[in-house]
Amino acid sequence: MSTTIPERPRTLAEKVWDDHLVVKGEGGQPDLIYIDLHLVHEVTSPQAFDGLRAEGRPVRRLDLTIATEDHNTPTLDIDKPIADLTSRTQIETLRRNAEEFGVRIHSLGDKEQGIVHVVGPQLGLTMPGITVVCGDSHTSTHGAFGAMAFGIGTSEVEHVLATQTLPLKPFKTMAITVEGELKPGVTAKDIILAVIAKIGTNGGQGYVLEFRGSAIRSLSMEGRMTMCNMSIEAGARAGMVAPDETTFAYLKGRAHAPTGQDWEDAVAYWRTLPSDEGAVYDAEVFLDAAELEPFVTWGTNPGQGVSLSDAVPDPASIDDPNERAAAERALEYMALTAGTPMKEIPVDAVFMGSCTNSRIEDLRQFASIIQGRTKAPDVRVMVVPGSARVRLEAEAEGLDRIFTDFGAEWRFAGCSMCLGMNPDQLAPGERCASTSNRNFEGRQGKGGRTHLVSPLVAAATAVLGRLASPADLPTRVEA
Amino acid sequence: MEKFSTHTGVVAPLKRSAVDTDQIIPAVYLKRVTKTGFDDALFANWRQDPEFILNQPTFQHASILVAGPDFGTGSSREHAVWALRDYGFKVVLSPKFADIFRGNSGKQGLVTGVITEDEVKAIWAAVDAQPGIEMTVDLQARTARVGDLQVGFEIDDYTRWRLLEGLDDIGLTLRSEDKIAQFEARREAWRPRTLPVR
Repeated sequence: MSTTIPERPRTLAEKVWDDHLVVKGEGGQPDLIYIDLHLVHEVTSPQAFDGLRAEGRPVRRLDLTIATEDHNTPTLDIDKPIADLTSRTQIETLRRNAEEFGVRIHSLGDKEQGIVHVVGPQLGLTMPGITVVCGDSHTSTHGAFGAMAFGIGTSEVEHVLATQTLPLKPFKTMAITVEGELKPGVTAKDIILAVIAKIGTNGGQGYVLEFRGSAIRSLSMEGRMTMCNMSIEAGARAGMVAPDETTFAYLKGRAHAPTGQDWEDAVAYWRTLPSDEGAVYDAEVFLDAAELEPFVTWGTNPGQGVSLSDAVPDPASIDDPNERAAAERALEYMALTAGTPMKEIPVDAVFMGSCTNSRIEDLRQFASIIQGRTKAPDVRVMVVPGSARVRLEAEAEGLDRIFTDFGAEWRFAGCSMCLGMNPDQLAPGERCASTSNRNFEGRQGKGGRTHLVSPLVAAATAVLGRLASPADLPTRVEA
Repeated sequence: MEKFSTHTGVVAPLKRSAVDTDQIIPAVYLKRVTKTGFDDALFANWRQDPEFILNQPTFQHASILVAGPDFGTGSSREHAVWALRDYGFKVVLSPKFADIFRGNSGKQGLVTGVITEDEVKAIWAAVDAQPGIEMTVDLQARTARVGDLQVGFEIDDYTRWRLLEGLDDIGLTLRSEDKIAQFEARREAWRPRTLPVR
């Protein structure tokens, strides 16, 4: 909304912020920022709709709001009533609220239903230069398009429903520059896990991360989404990638992408968004893509990770006393001994899914490794597509047959075992290689132990029954 | 939202760093559709351990929590704040809070004050010396006093003002409704619309 264009070179994040300024905050007050797209799901919205009802307020912009069901949805028997009573109540409450207030909703069984962060992009609603919010921390995913996208709490959900704005203090900016070429088998997931291990789970606090450099430019939109998705695991409010031809190509032709003159206008504006030459960031981090290897977590926060070819670290070698204590506690919870090579750690389960890695490209990568191979005995493998549409696409390509022939369970769309709000949970003590985003204690089920990995590492692990990368697999017998 | 001026209550030391919101309230408790009644969910997994601080009779009615750095990391769930509030907590002090958690706290009347790690340890020591000791938190002055120990805490001016006045965010924003309408009139046609369904 080019009202004023300052002379000063600006970053991508500053440009998007400036173009959404409704009221500039004075004297320590926050700015009032306009929200272009509000995504709603069943977990963080009931109390927000309740608040509107109590005050007699309508939803201000139904045409900028969309709801879907994801956190609680079962991934089996989706045509039957949801067995868990509280899950069912939460989903029925969303449906009632959507009907009462007039919000567009994609319910279980609808082909656009799925994880909210998969649904927005696939409908073409997520686009460069917009602001996106959702009552979910992984809203940062949408930053892959050059949008400013961040998670909000339920009070803020109510605030956006009522006003389509949010009072916000400007964020600081951090450039994460990744230059060079990735080695084969190294993916976006490995880059972001390495970034988090480098800056720590709170290293991004107060910042919007902008991922830049040749390695980022060469990533697909799915890869960029994986990276931005996990920005929150470094404590950042948002992650962003400047829009480019890859972005435009992904968007063009999608159901809600602009068309005709609107498309031309949009692309012309989007080309102005990349950070200006000489723009100053509050912090900068550099990574050499060529040095990165497949990455895996050993502990109970996403910053506790190492290269897959390394060993479980020794807490005694950690200087910071808080981090050392956290590492000791993590090893106890994870039942791991310092010095054990990561590749010798056996797993009980492999989870392929979540808003981090459940898009069609993720499923293709997973399938490319397991095809023609056999699952390790005693390892349970679950493949959960991010949306009903991804499921249909995968089936049209025959990926479902590859999964089921391998011995994996091919499920319906949802958040599933990423957080175990539905029946998809680990049993106490079970160890899982998971393509999701959080390895917190009990995240995937009480007592469950999580190792965060890429889809490629998840696939190789499913074959060998221990943490592994595709390079560790014996050559496959061609069919 | 109730106005907050000063509060006096029992201090519970939570001697851990990086207490994420999955620990404050595990996901299984997020299925409720109400905004209250989350007291039983607070630290639900840790409370199964009889030794856990809030299971000790001295600290059962604590209303001030003093924790290690990186409190409230992870999931954006506002339920974490509701669980603390419903249990009876009015104040959390830590050397560092996660952004979203801190923002959520300010909207629910929960005071989050930043103090140094040394101050955290000094408060823990004071509580160890005299379990059940009370602390007085003065939001106007931004101070917390326990026994002879007084520390100043950091909280931003805007949040402090809203907490002191008990002001609701939506009401504040709607004072600028004309500006919101003007902004909307300027928005470009290409920006996304969820309706009509395409």
